[in-house]
Amino acid sequence: MYIDYLTPESVTDALQILQQQKGKARIIAGGTDLLLDIESKKHNPEILVDITRIPEIKGIRTEGNFLIIGAGVTHNEAAKSPLVNEKAQVLAEASRSVGSLQIRNTATVVGNVVNAQPAADSAVALVALGATAVIASSDSTREVPVEELYAGVGKTKVNSNNEIVTNIIIPALQPGEGSAFTRLAQRKALALPMLNVAVVVSIAEDKFQQARIVMAPVGPQPVRASDSEELLKGAAINEETIQKAAEAALNHANPRNSTLRGSAEYRCATLKVLVKRALETAVARARN
Amino acid sequence: MNKKNVKFTLNGKPVTLTVSPSATLLDIIRDELKLTGTKKGCGKGECGACTVIMDGIAVNSCLVPIMKVAGCHVETIEGIGNKEKPHPVQEAFMDLGAIQCGFCTPGMIMSSKALLDKTPDPNREQIREAISGNICRCTGYVKIEAAVQAAADKVKEENSK
Repeated sequence: MYIDYLTPESVTDALQILQQQKGKARIIAGGTDLLLDIESKKHNPEILVDITRIPEIKGIRTEGNFLIIGAGVTHNEAAKSPLVNEKAQVLAEASRSVGSLQIRNTATVVGNVVNAQPAADSAVALVALGATAVIASSDSTREVPVEELYAGVGKTKVNSNNEIVTNIIIPALQPGEGSAFTRLAQRKALALPMLNVAVVVSIAEDKFQQARIVMAPVGPQPVRASDSEELLKGAAINEETIQKAAEAALNHANPRNSTLRGSAEYRCATLKVLVKRALETAVARARN
Repeated sequence: MNKKNVKFTLNGKPVTLTVSPSATLLDIIRDELKLTGTKKGCGKGECGACTVIMDGIAVNSCLVPIMKVAGCHVETIEGIGNKEKPHPVQEAFMDLGAIQCGFCTPGMIMSSKALLDKTPDPNREQIREAISGNICRCTGYVKIEAAVQAAADKVKEENSK
């Protein structure tokens, strides 16, 4: 078990600790995944560096046409935030379906992304939104689209022994854009997703301009239904095009037979329905 | 073994402890402070039996590293009422038969209290969401939901007097 627990009050201090400890220290935010990973020996840090008291990464704000979510923001804060509900509704819905109320009160959106499970609810929504992670280390800061943060199942490109994701930047939804999140699970709470689908659409004059459709777990990371997205570009908004797009989602989906997530057959059958429902809801919201 | 000091408020009283940093809040509450009302059901954040209120919000104490609690206000089931003067939620649980084996009960009550402290007049959906992280193997939840509603009604009635 870890032997020390530090609570720095700035990103600079946190990075300094990581650098000094040369790999023996690790970032912790909410800790609801990390503590279990330490228990199962997936990770073995000597020192935990808690970033949740750093003022500069708490909070949700806007900067021009972007919504900025700090690394300290919990799922519940995101779900209830008027800014998130107005400008990135799919993220509010996704965060709202994580775990349980108690988990959502401590677990963070950024932690959900860094933990890199393929169907992490908020990550699926963030990929649909085209969000970017800002990653700081002692000598540099880089920005990487959330979609490109994956290095295999459960593996992230973020090295929590020497860097910190400080913020997530989301292009705010504009008029004519709508989003939706649909989830298939055995229970309404305390249940891993059998399927998550997140959709962001932009429409004009009763046609789809573009759509981002993200589904999971149907591969090692959140997967774009690119054939569906292609079909919708410039297409008329009606039941036929939506149905065709929903069916095309299967082209890029490869769910496994899983005792935890459900059979491949069942999930392929229901994936179409989830995509259809998400598209319909997103369109209705875009029209409002 | 590396030990550190941690100071927080527990059930309204200041507490200073010397702890192993890798202990969880649940470990400390039960083993150090001998407050065994809070239960360890799974140790993984999947049952809610360990629910306490930290700075006004319900959390799974089995997943809170003790050092995270520094400077916080923690409420456990022992602190919200007693036999002579039970909390309205405790009373409602007893009156409405919302308890069978009792193991989920402290966590259920803390989740319910956290709700009512912030949302004194919850609707059914809000009550259900508030206890959605607390598993009960005995009751089927119906009487628990009714008890939370009854507690809310009672507090509302008292406040309007």
